Amino acid sequence: MIRAARAILAKDLRLELRTKESVPAMTLFTLTVYVLFHFGLDRNSLDGSLAAGVLWVTLLLAAVVGVARLFAAEREQGGIEGLLLAPVDLTALFVAKAAALFLFLCAVELVALPAFALLLLGPDLLDPLPELLPVLLLANLGVAAVGALVAALATATRAPELIVTLLLLPLLVPVLIASAQATEPLVRSDPSADELGRWLGVLTLYDVVFVLLSVAVFDFLLED
Amino acid sequence: MIDLDGLRRHYGERVALEGITVRVEEGATLAVLGPNGAGKSTLLRVLAGLLRPHGGSATVMGASLPDERWRLHAHVGYLGHEPLLYRELSGRENLDYHARLHGLDGERVEELLAAVGMEGRADEPLRDLSRGMVQRLAVARAVLHDPPLLLLDEPRSHLDPGAGEALEPLIGRASGRTRVLASHDVDGALDEADLALGLRDGRQAFARRATPREARELYR
Amino acid sequence: MYSKGFKPLSVATVVAVATALALIFFYAPLDADQGFVQKIFYVHVPMAMVSLGGFVAGGLMAIRHLRSGDPSWDVRSYVAIHLSIILGVGVLVTGSIWARASWGHWWVWDEPVLVSFLIVFLLYCVYYPLRFSIEDPERQARYSSVFAITAGAFVPLNFLAVRLAQAYTHPRVLSQTGGNLPGEMRPTFLVSLVAMTLLFVTLWKLELTSKHASAQLKSLRRKLAAREPAAV
Repeated sequence: MIRAARAILAKDLRLELRTKESVPAMTLFTLTVYVLFHFGLDRNSLDGSLAAGVLWVTLLLAAVVGVARLFAAEREQGGIEGLLLAPVDLTALFVAKAAALFLFLCAVELVALPAFALLLLGPDLLDPLPELLPVLLLANLGVAAVGALVAALATATRAPELIVTLLLLPLLVPVLIASAQATEPLVRSDPSADELGRWLGVLTLYDVVFVLLSVAVFDFLLED
Repeated sequence: MIDLDGLRRHYGERVALEGITVRVEEGATLAVLGPNGAGKSTLLRVLAGLLRPHGGSATVMGASLPDERWRLHAHVGYLGHEPLLYRELSGRENLDYHARLHGLDGERVEELLAAVGMEGRADEPLRDLSRGMVQRLAVARAVLHDPPLLLLDEPRSHLDPGAGEALEPLIGRASGRTRVLASHDVDGALDEADLALGLRDGRQAFARRATPREARELYR
Repeated sequence: MYSKGFKPLSVATVVAVATALALIFFYAPLDADQGFVQKIFYVHVPMAMVSLGGFVAGGLMAIRHLRSGDPSWDVRSYVAIHLSIILGVGVLVTGSIWARASWGHWWVWDEPVLVSFLIVFLLYCVYYPLRFSIEDPERQARYSSVFAITAGAFVPLNFLAVRLAQAYTHPRVLSQTGGNLPGEMRPTFLVSLVAMTLLFVTLWKLELTSKHASAQLKSLRRKLAAREPAAV
């Protein structure tokens, strides 16, 4: 199964490098939304809960963009059947797609975080960075697992992009709450790591539940 | 090899296949004939394990469908209407991907690229190639894992006659594999078949040796 | 097949609902601060609890469906979720009325139960477009079940996250002083809860029976049509 997952992941990464359809779009989207927030809120610099909120809402909306494209190549070019014909466990497909999404999110964040620090954030971002990293990684994991599941659910419908949007956002609310609450004290003018442990705990719980659940139900999707 | 009895598949209210009963021995070729919408492609997809049967019994290569579909994968080569390849990747990259999924190594990929006559253009993305070349690569994909059973849905579509000949040893009678061949080319298909299954509106009209004239009756 | 025990069930429901209404209007005390409108609590909270129970039950039935492959479990799951969504509308409306009466606003954010219910409701609303945009019935059932299980697992996680994040101004019904409501409120509440649950189950059975009947009708029609010899 691992071999197959690696093969699928390698194929997806190669496709992404060649077509550049997901990561640049997600990154551009994020930067644009930051600009929108600047004008919408009429603020030059944010801190505390406002900063945390803007950062995370934008990242999650960008994730929706990525999830909507996750199975696009398969849908358009019959790739799923190619997989169904091979002696691979569909779980390998889930692992590969979730891993791809995780990597895409990390790539987007590599640009989005510095951009956020430059464009909107008042306080310094370098200081709280080590505390921010586990939040980002756990959040990305949760989004990746749920995103892959939702993307697979949506492939069978007539309007997959729409279903992805409507379905993913409510499911990500706990991630938003936990991540924003964890980030808020870190981006205050006098940063501290209040209750970081509690929110990391919530994120971990979410991740465990949804990774296990997705792996369990994924087999029932995609085949006919 | 293939043993179907009363096979049934429906799409909601509509019947796609009903009461299909036929036996195909090892090494034999079954021609599946009938007009558009008769159920030829559906039948092939059921045999490939892509669709699950809704009734009747079906045993393919010793695996009973739908419960043991997973056992089919390594032994069946399917060539459908779509090439099932990624347009942005090259022939070599596509075949490498499928080889990895099947646990095969790169040598096999090179072997097949040569066999289908595509070694020269193996590194160009599929979207730059003609449909005929893509079809050759699709054939390569279908036989990559050397399956004893081939399911071919209009395999010669998009191919020029030269290509058709080159691919004979891979997917033709000469390959020695058991084959199920769906085609509109009634004469050609019957020429190379041991047995013919005539379909019409999902039901079978006959499952035995047949003449071209009988086959053409299906179209009336 | 679903109508077994239906009559006693409906009778029990009518009795329970009548009793509950009687208790609400005549037995339960009038709240000093909020007045008569506070009594909507006896509708709002049981409705919320039954609705959430319905969602979780729908998820459990969906698990049954995926494991057994028996489509009747999917129908049961669908009806449970469908009814819970309708109840959900009621929850949000009654919750809003209560919020207005208690705090002067039609919506309050620092009420974790109401807020997380809104999110759950928004999620489950997607059940319909998801389900009905898949054409193949077997696939439709399978994907709906996957959704029901995912959403069912989401409900508790969501409540946890929202609860942790909000300040609590909502009088927590069953956790205050270990689950005790003062005096006459308690039996009234419990009877209302029982009545709401019975009502839900009755409606659930009713809808299942009606669906089953129309499915049988359809299949008979199909069989009759198939009798006509096909022209070859």
